[in-house]
Amino acid sequence: MSAGWLKRHGKWLIILPPLLYLLVFFLIPFGFALVISFADTAVHVPPFTDILSVTPDRHIHLTLNLGNFLYLFTDEVYGLSYLYSIKTAFFSTVICLAIGYPMAYAIARTSKATQSILLLIIILPFWTSFLLRVYALEGIIRETGLLNSTLLWLGIIHQPLQIMRTTLAVYLGIIYSYLPFMVLPLFATLEKLDHSLLEAAADLGSPPWRAFLDITLPLSIPGVIAGSMLVFIPAIGEFVIPTLLGGPDNLMIGRVLWDEFFGNRDWPVASAVAIAFLVLLVGPIALYQHYSTKQLES
Amino acid sequence: MDHRLSPLLVSILCLGIAILYIPILVLIGYSFNASALVSVWGGFSTAWYTQLMHNDQILDAAWLSLKIGVVVSTGAVLLGTLAAISLVRFRVFRGRLLLTGMVNAPLVMPEIITGITQLLLFISMLQLFAWPHRGFTTIAIAHIAFCTAYVTITVQSRLQSADRSLEEAAMDLGAGPVRAFMDTTLPAIAPALASSWLLSFTLSLDDLVISSFVSGPGASTLPMVIFSKVKLGVSPDINALASLVICLVGICVLFAGYLMRRTERQRLIDAQMAER
Repeated sequence: MSAGWLKRHGKWLIILPPLLYLLVFFLIPFGFALVISFADTAVHVPPFTDILSVTPDRHIHLTLNLGNFLYLFTDEVYGLSYLYSIKTAFFSTVICLAIGYPMAYAIARTSKATQSILLLIIILPFWTSFLLRVYALEGIIRETGLLNSTLLWLGIIHQPLQIMRTTLAVYLGIIYSYLPFMVLPLFATLEKLDHSLLEAAADLGSPPWRAFLDITLPLSIPGVIAGSMLVFIPAIGEFVIPTLLGGPDNLMIGRVLWDEFFGNRDWPVASAVAIAFLVLLVGPIALYQHYSTKQLES
Repeated sequence: MDHRLSPLLVSILCLGIAILYIPILVLIGYSFNASALVSVWGGFSTAWYTQLMHNDQILDAAWLSLKIGVVVSTGAVLLGTLAAISLVRFRVFRGRLLLTGMVNAPLVMPEIITGITQLLLFISMLQLFAWPHRGFTTIAIAHIAFCTAYVTITVQSRLQSADRSLEEAAMDLGAGPVRAFMDTTLPAIAPALASSWLLSFTLSLDDLVISSFVSGPGASTLPMVIFSKVKLGVSPDINALASLVICLVGICVLFAGYLMRRTERQRLIDAQMAER
């Protein structure tokens, strides 16, 4: 190995380890899921058949079983849970945006010192365990929780409200868990906003609300999209929240996948559900990639 | 810049922060409740914490999670730093787009999909190579993959803002590119590496979904044990355990934030010195 070789190819010593690692342990697994989604269920371990087999006359035989995908269309539980997950994720995203935008806007307009404290306050729950935060929320909204006992004590209600195991609980859970994901990218764009534009608008006689609609809002669109996708995409696949807070009606796709895998042990169908789910996510993920790389480069 | 905020904005900000914090504070408060009935306040007590110390199932799970966390964050910082250097320093190389995609995708990919696909990979690998057995190894491998993505993003933005003039000066003085990087830029980004180590540690410590898929019989991490208990409802010993985990994670995050802020301030001071 000469010095010249090292000079020309040395950079691959840096690039290859992470590239290969992520390739093998993140990207290639999707290929395995794709292959297994075409397999049949079997009673041995692992519980699926090989789609490639070698016949006695040494021909390689490829058996593609489309049944798993057809099954997704025939059994309406899959279609309904997809639609239900998208609906739930969409409305949660809208509510997160409605609360998160003013929060990010307010933080962006405070002084630098206050900003870093407020950001830390937002980031702290962002890193705290999802599971434990959902559990903490349960302590507030369950029948004998803080919310009900406070309202009863104040005499506002006379019967405890049934929030746990309802759709409302799922929405509360998602909004509570994902709000920081919305605020942080929004703050990043709003902070970079050129204030001379707003001053110019004010000098030219534009009222603040008009300047907001004409300047701030359009310029913050990349943050709105990045934040919305950071809430929307993981929320569709949410498993912990509908399982712990929701009722039997809140059948989101993450829960169906989990049950198919651990309950029914039908790995080929679970793989097909995951692949179909992934196909639906390609659009939103591409949108997120586009706006987040734009933000990182600017 | 106008620093005055309308009362409406301030109240929304306060409301948002209240939503984020009240449940956690209530949880910590109730973990000191002497009464076994979770909703009735029976006086201050640390009994639930003492009880935790005698629960072998929870202690084993905590020990496993901590071991995995240390391995994962060390691996992720190594790989993530290499990936960040690749993306910032080598503008053009084959596979750049692929690497960018693989670094960003884990941040938004629903964990349940990552978990299923990785399990299928491990199962097939076990059949072909008789390795890895499901448990510690597979959980660590899976966690390193998504933590690497977070480390890359953090280190990447720090490297982009790092001043290269010192490194160039070192190379002018005859240092090789690796030596120049090690002596000048690496110390400058070291706090970012430390803080991404801490953040990876908290991510690994918290993960439930991916661990549940790729783990095997006998290897239950702390979140897996907590989840199986939480499904049965709110209980005082889980309150105590959750408070401990939240405090540990909080300390890690605050320390990481402190390290990042200190470098940022140092960078500003350096920039001011350079201008003189």
